[in-house]
Amino acid sequence: MEPAVENPVLSVKNLQIVLDNGGSYIQITDDVSFSIGRGEVLALVGESGSGKSVTALALMQLLAQNLKIAHGEILLRTQSGSSTDIAKLGTRGKAIESIRGARMGMIFQEPMSSFSPIHTIGAQIAEVVQVHESASRQVARTRASDLLAQVGIPDPVGALDRYPAEFSGGMRQRAMIARALICGPELLIADEPTTALDVTIQGQILELLRNLKKNLGMAILFITHDLGIVAQMADRVAVMYSGAIVESGPVREIFRNPTHPYTRALLEAVPRLGDLDRGRRIQPISGSMPNIYAVPSGCRFHPRCPVAQLPRCSDFAPPVFSKGEHLVACIHGEKAFGP
Amino acid sequence: MKLGGILLPTFFRGKRAEKIRRPDLASQWQLMWWKFRKHKLAMVGMVLLGIFVFMALFAEFISPYPPYDRNPAYVAGAPMGIRFFEEDGTFHMQPFVYGNKAQRDPITLRMKFATDTTQIWKLQLFSHGKPYRLLGIIPTDLHLFGTDKGFVHLFGTDFTGLDIFSRTVHATRASLGVAIIGVSVSFLLGAAIGGAAGYFGGALDSFIMRFIEFIRSIPTLPLWLALAAALPRDWGPLATYVAITIILSLLGWTWLARTVRSKLLATRKEDFVLSARLSGCSDFRIIHRHLLPSFISYLIVDVSIAFPEILLAETSLSFLGLGLREPVESWGVLLFAAQSIRAIDQAPWLMIPGIFVIVAVLAFNFVGDGLRDAADPYAR
Repeated sequence: MEPAVENPVLSVKNLQIVLDNGGSYIQITDDVSFSIGRGEVLALVGESGSGKSVTALALMQLLAQNLKIAHGEILLRTQSGSSTDIAKLGTRGKAIESIRGARMGMIFQEPMSSFSPIHTIGAQIAEVVQVHESASRQVARTRASDLLAQVGIPDPVGALDRYPAEFSGGMRQRAMIARALICGPELLIADEPTTALDVTIQGQILELLRNLKKNLGMAILFITHDLGIVAQMADRVAVMYSGAIVESGPVREIFRNPTHPYTRALLEAVPRLGDLDRGRRIQPISGSMPNIYAVPSGCRFHPRCPVAQLPRCSDFAPPVFSKGEHLVACIHGEKAFGP
Repeated sequence: MKLGGILLPTFFRGKRAEKIRRPDLASQWQLMWWKFRKHKLAMVGMVLLGIFVFMALFAEFISPYPPYDRNPAYVAGAPMGIRFFEEDGTFHMQPFVYGNKAQRDPITLRMKFATDTTQIWKLQLFSHGKPYRLLGIIPTDLHLFGTDKGFVHLFGTDFTGLDIFSRTVHATRASLGVAIIGVSVSFLLGAAIGGAAGYFGGALDSFIMRFIEFIRSIPTLPLWLALAAALPRDWGPLATYVAITIILSLLGWTWLARTVRSKLLATRKEDFVLSARLSGCSDFRIIHRHLLPSFISYLIVDVSIAFPEILLAETSLSFLGLGLREPVESWGVLLFAAQSIRAIDQAPWLMIPGIFVIVAVLAFNFVGDGLRDAADPYAR
């Protein structure tokens, strides 16, 4: 599945990540493909265990030791059009290290523990500049305080010399964002950046990310399972299920015309204000995510699918249908999109 | 009365408020220091170590005589007691030692030294003696103490008439030096090798761990002996000194490598390591900038406990005559003279340097103990 994006920052093609299971390989993601254009927010949505975070870590070549990229391309393009295939760079060495933090930044779920407790916030943010640009300590510190101001930390100069323990969760996530952005990356990978924060802080962080995106023109790969956040943040959505993208398209299109039964079920499972008054109950998706060691044949969603047509769905991989940028991998796509 | 009742409490309150500790603002080292200070034995150990270091640095100043100054008038002489009272009870404000008379025993023809209570040699602080260079730079002839006439040998003299006190003080330098250099080299080796094992894991880790187990399975003393015996006898004292230090540290790094490895294994999965990698830090940078500092306090504890081991190792080797040799003095070298029955029978004071070894080892252990308690944030 490959939606057309012009001049993408990042395009992932047929990415397959496998788990080394004592010699035999277990597929974790199955030919995942997506692209992110400049200044665009792509939301990667799915349940826990659907392979979202693994995909994000693969983009950084930071997979755990027992995981590896079996095949596929991860093309990171510069403005001028030349591209680097991250999948070929390996997990160690200068080449990948010069991309991490400089051309791609990443923030993740745990703002509480993602700073080393024994170094000051300033030292850890400035370090990124020092590592990548061989700038002097003073220059790096100035840059760090500028960034801290930009992410909305009061008294940014004083904050440089404070320790992570003195920051609240929201401030730490802001500092993490500053650290990810200090070298002006083209792409920010945000792996559930607001999950560990309470709702008011969550709103502030999302607002901040939106503003930064607008001001810096950077692309964001936003990984989440919260469809409310998707609606607020994303330009396009890719829905992932059991290691494969099942539906993707512009955010409005997906929310208005969800075509894949899984996407529809996900939207049904979102609580809304006034549900109780209207007598509506959240519809859980029956069953659970397939075990990666025993993936169902055919369409991986068919055992849980309310509209599955057996044996078609269990015997054959689902066909892909498209209408404009909206793609879906399901037999029902035909009906929705027309032949 | 009333005024006092109002003023006094406020006064005291004001005073106390100034002294209130702020653990919330204190740095890691400050917190450690507060806890360490409560550990009485550790503080005693710290003071003792301070004295030893002072002795090592200013040995020439503290000792009344140069370590090679023979006193033919007092060979194998007993320690001379410092007195304030004369035999008859006369009190002197200034401490003194009784003079000595050398006599030859008419039967054995050995020289005997008898205290001569008629002579009083007064002790002086900051007396002038043999010239030397303080810290190797400042020329001076000032010594911490000395006598106005005659001589003073606090720990007695050995069979060649060398002052044991002066030699013991000078020996502090080599003994602590070997320990410090040995521990530092061990520390670097242990941190680097253990660091690599813990961070990279896998085959490298297994190999290093098996290698460490191999080294540790060799009985220590025979191995030291073999290595020390392999040193050419014609090497100068300085070369031997360096070689012995290196031998001790080549065998001493294993304990630290293990600590570093286990700490790294515990911390390398932390989120801050992942976020450092996300920022493009290299492995080396992550180990030495992010991981090692995060458990440096534990390493310091380990190091302070390793000191006595190396100190004892050097002493044993030198005592057996395979470590340092004259003219380098270390406590072990001095004890080498106290090996024979004859020596112990005729001049038991030759064993006094052994007391220094015991005190130093205990002091290091006390400090290590205190540091361990202080460095553990969960200890109550």
